[in-house]
Amino acid sequence: MKRTGISRFLLRQAGKLALLLAASCVITFILVSHSPIDPTQAYIGADLLRVGAEQRDAIAEYWGLNDPPLQRFFFWFGSLLQGDFGTSMIHRAPVSEVIADRFLSSLVLMITAWVMSGILGFTAGVTAAMKRGSWLDRAIQWYCYTLSSTPTFWAGLLLLIVFTVWLPIFPVGLGTPAGVLAEDVTWLDRVRHMILPALTLSITGLANIALHTRAKLIDVLGSDYVLFARAKGEEGFVLFRRHGLRNILLPAITLQFASFSELFGGAVLVEQIFSYPGLGRATVEASTRGDVPLLLGIVLFSTLFVFTGNLLSELIYRWIDPRIREGQSI
Amino acid sequence: MNLRKKTLGYAIVAFVLLLLPVVLSPLLGSEQLATHLTARNEAPSWSHPFGTDWLGRDMFTRSIKGLALSLGVGLTAALASGLIAGTLGLMAATLGKAADRFISWLIDLFLSVPHLVLLLLIAFVTGGGVKGVIIAVGLTHWPSLARLIRAEILQLKSSEFVLVSRHMGRSRWWIATRHLLPHLWPQFIVGTLLLFPHAILHEAAITFLGMGLSPHQPAIGIILSESMRYLSTGMWWLAFFPGLCLLILVRSFDVLATNLYALVDPNRSQE
Repeated sequence: MKRTGISRFLLRQAGKLALLLAASCVITFILVSHSPIDPTQAYIGADLLRVGAEQRDAIAEYWGLNDPPLQRFFFWFGSLLQGDFGTSMIHRAPVSEVIADRFLSSLVLMITAWVMSGILGFTAGVTAAMKRGSWLDRAIQWYCYTLSSTPTFWAGLLLLIVFTVWLPIFPVGLGTPAGVLAEDVTWLDRVRHMILPALTLSITGLANIALHTRAKLIDVLGSDYVLFARAKGEEGFVLFRRHGLRNILLPAITLQFASFSELFGGAVLVEQIFSYPGLGRATVEASTRGDVPLLLGIVLFSTLFVFTGNLLSELIYRWIDPRIREGQSI
Repeated sequence: MNLRKKTLGYAIVAFVLLLLPVVLSPLLGSEQLATHLTARNEAPSWSHPFGTDWLGRDMFTRSIKGLALSLGVGLTAALASGLIAGTLGLMAATLGKAADRFISWLIDLFLSVPHLVLLLLIAFVTGGGVKGVIIAVGLTHWPSLARLIRAEILQLKSSEFVLVSRHMGRSRWWIATRHLLPHLWPQFIVGTLLLFPHAILHEAAITFLGMGLSPHQPAIGIILSESMRYLSTGMWWLAFFPGLCLLILVRSFDVLATNLYALVDPNRSQE
């Protein structure tokens, strides 16, 4: 009985995903095909004077730009279904390869920032709620509200100034040291290059989860069972571990999984500041230089990424929460 | 001084802070934006509170003008988003089940693409420029507010005073104007106000990433992305002050909206 519930849930989610991706395909294609930017022009770029009219036609013919939009859409959509995302104009490589390659380095960065912001934010929220009304609580709240109005890229710039210019602890940017062959790069180098971007992403990402956790825990602390526990003489960490932790952990985890969209957006900005060679930087390059196949691929891929986050959040909710788990099997 | 007066005080201070760049921007004139090669790369001083850049332009003037531009773009885009949100939320809650399903699905669709990617895509498609930025920011900020308004109307429709009114034979129009609107207005206005901070931050973000405004326009995003080239030489003021101004601007909007909400929300009128 339980099994059928889960499989039905997954089946429905898969249907939702297919509809979502198909709709994104249609909408993005319509948007892009009405764009005033001429892809041939964007491809030629600065070599404008050296490319003649015939060569332009040849390029347009090569990319299939002279076909009617509907034919182009079905050609593109058909290849998408076969797993072919087309060829990136900037990188001159298949889009799927570029995305896979870039996403791997982004993933390391995002996971680090995600885990750090989750743990730090949760701790900050719990501390604020347990010490409600104290200066610590006010400081944490002030920090969170200020951070949620701070532009992520400005926070990154400040960290860059402090930790690379004033105190040269970390390297200025890029994913690996400059002037070193790819085979000679150690994982320690990669970690050193990743710390600042990850730090930027996590200090701006923790505000949401901290405030949410604080509000939840204050709710829990106002309940009758906590009042009773206090009457029995429990206090401090023991009280929190026995009565608070499990009640607030679940919403915190699901919130953190549902934040993949902001995480991706933050990664775009942070990678741009630190010249980190990830998917975010590829997104910016694709949109500023008019690499349409890559941009479309990234839109679809990031949609899938956000969907995965939301799906995981729901699955974990079902798996962890005893109320829902038991309710399913009945 | 009671809490209500204090709240009003906060709201007024925030409002004045917001007006500051709008008033100062035309007063400052544009001669400070011209290049002064004798006064290049100066650290902050009394004559140049925010320092000068590599062309001798006064950073204070550039920042204030940038903030005024950000405010303009944010205002237009947030109003557009508010309008879309109001219309769609209203339609979802009143036009029956099929419309509700479709609009809810549309909201989910918009929320399922990372916001920044969507902004970049729309700004790219519209060809960039101030127009592109406004369209991108305006078209992408409505989903959360639309969802809020839809939920609010659905809740109001099933509340007791509306049910009683309906049983007493009041017309739909009467109920809509006398019962629903007074509850919805404050929600809608504060919701739209709360869109501003996001709109301004996103405007700065896509400008920073290089989509949009031309390099000659004094926008905060452009100032910050230009400053990146000069940070390694120790010119911290190029990035520090403009970003701080943006932070204060966004924070004041937040303070204004939350305090205003506390004032107009009927449920909190006793505080």
